[in-house]
Amino acid sequence: MPGSIKINSFSKSYGDILAVNNISLAIDPGELVGLIGPDGAGKTTTMRTLCTLLVPDAGEVLVDGRDVRTNVAAIRAMLGYMPQRFSLYPDLTVAQNLNFFADLFGVPPAEKAERLQTLYQFSKLEPFRKRLAGALSGGMKQKLALSCTLIHTPRTLILDEPTTGVDPVSRREFWNILRQLRDEGVTILVSTPYMEEADLCDRVAFMYQGRILAVDKPAQLVHRFPYKLYEVSGSDLQSLRAYLEDETDALSVQIFGDRLHVSYGPESALIAPAGAESVQQIEPSIEDVFLYLMQTSA
Amino acid sequence: MKFAPSNQPYDTGNFAVFTKNLEKQFGSFTAVKHVNLAVEQGEIFGFLGANGAGKTTAIRMLCGLLLPTSGSGTVAGFDVWRESEKIKQNIGYMSQKFSLYNDLTLAENVEFYGGVYGLNRKTIKEKRHELLDSLGLTASAGRLTRDMPLGYKQRLALGCALLHNPKIIFLDEPTAGVDPEARRNFWELIHELADKGKTVFVTTHYMDEAEYCNRVSIMYQGEIVALGSPQSLRHEYKKASMADVFIKLVDK
Ligand SMILES: Nc1ncnc2c1ncn2[C@@H]1O[C@H](COP(=O)(O)OP(=O)(O)OP(=O)(O)O)[C@@H](O)[C@H]1O
Ligand SMILES: [Mg+2]
Repeated sequence: MPGSIKINSFSKSYGDILAVNNISLAIDPGELVGLIGPDGAGKTTTMRTLCTLLVPDAGEVLVDGRDVRTNVAAIRAMLGYMPQRFSLYPDLTVAQNLNFFADLFGVPPAEKAERLQTLYQFSKLEPFRKRLAGALSGGMKQKLALSCTLIHTPRTLILDEPTTGVDPVSRREFWNILRQLRDEGVTILVSTPYMEEADLCDRVAFMYQGRILAVDKPAQLVHRFPYKLYEVSGSDLQSLRAYLEDETDALSVQIFGDRLHVSYGPESALIAPAGAESVQQIEPSIEDVFLYLMQTSA
Repeated sequence: MKFAPSNQPYDTGNFAVFTKNLEKQFGSFTAVKHVNLAVEQGEIFGFLGANGAGKTTAIRMLCGLLLPTSGSGTVAGFDVWRESEKIKQNIGYMSQKFSLYNDLTLAENVEFYGGVYGLNRKTIKEKRHELLDSLGLTASAGRLTRDMPLGYKQRLALGCALLHNPKIIFLDEPTAGVDPEARRNFWELIHELADKGKTVFVTTHYMDEAEYCNRVSIMYQGEIVALGSPQSLRHEYKKASMADVFIKLVDK
């Protein structure tokens, strides 16, 4: 199973805090799986264990068919990992950082040149090749860290919130790269706080308080949302929201950018309130499911 | 946006933030180019832009932490060149990189910031109770900040930046990495602040949050390339969402 991930009944505690509570998850070679959930859900602990940086308390964690307890060196050699806080060398330039990581991973020169081009296109960092990493903006640093991680092609990639602080244009291009790697057979586990990115994964696992509450294809996951959902727009969303919350049977009213998402049980329906410019029944998004799962699991 | 004709004196004092051709160079590189802004009091102003566009650099100039290379500006009526100390007393600032000390407890962080803002012991104690209580964190006051979920940390950091009751608050990516529910909670706080008349100057890379601002500007390579209410920008660029507006302006 080149690059596959298999987690069986895995648990991990820090002192008396149970960070991961008996989770199981199997990821096929060449699959792109998103890990979502609130902060503190256990996502980073799971990822660090896959990378052999933490030892499981219980259960079995396999990468590429090998046990993370006993195959530390072999797993590290085939795995790419980008932690939430990746350290660049602040007093090396952008290009020097990239070269350093390319050499570290033993990337052949021809492959390196090709990969650099792809990565510069995503990161827009080429004009800043000679700038010290320490003088980059927050998002530019994040993009350089990502580029250093992707300079080689590991069989398995573990990315912990790689796009935090990255602007929407670069995020889109980064996800194109990820999907391309996936198509080349790389197994990818990626956590993200952006729900529209979860939508781009083959499957999504939702983690909460150390457990995996749901794992499915994005299109299936949204079926977990059990209510009728309406999208309401209008110029005064705050008043509309107050009205819908106080005066109707709405089960939840959430702001989504310039609209509201309002849910109702099977017995009720939404009649367009005064001040609403449009009302339509819609399919739930991953973000609706996320909010629903969080509120019903708490 | 309101611009004063350049040959007439203008009353900058009514604006929370006012800049005219504000610029910053690092060596031969111009990070912020002739930025003109007039942010109203009580406004939620979204300061959007590509990575490296110059947002943090501009905010640091507005917060009295970095001198401009040229141009002028006032914040809360104080001059960015000459009155940086006055500015610091009248604004709150949550930086992009760092907000709270992870090695201190929640209570210690509040006390630390109270000290930074020169509040007396009694006030600090009162504010500490008030703030931790309002966030439902009283029971966790003695916990290390490191062990708290990010959403809580960011709300506490906002509270710390408000301890001295500033009129204007600068938030540099306050919700970066924060999950959808915690982001909604954070924005509830922002709206409460604006309702109380405070000016909120905020950056974000979440385009749904752009919709929660009264007006936004979009910055690219040091320049402001668009400015207006989210509705007017969507209309002007004929796009369904701010994400599409952003991509149109920045994807070059
Ligand atoms: N001390 C410095 N020396 C040289 N260049 C600098 C310095 N500080 C910032 N810059 C450059 O100024 C530009 C603007 O950076 P800034 O941090 O203001 O961007 P930003 O808009 O906040 O981006 P992000 O969305 O990534 O946070 C970048 O190209 C950055 O590398
Ligand atoms: Mg910045």
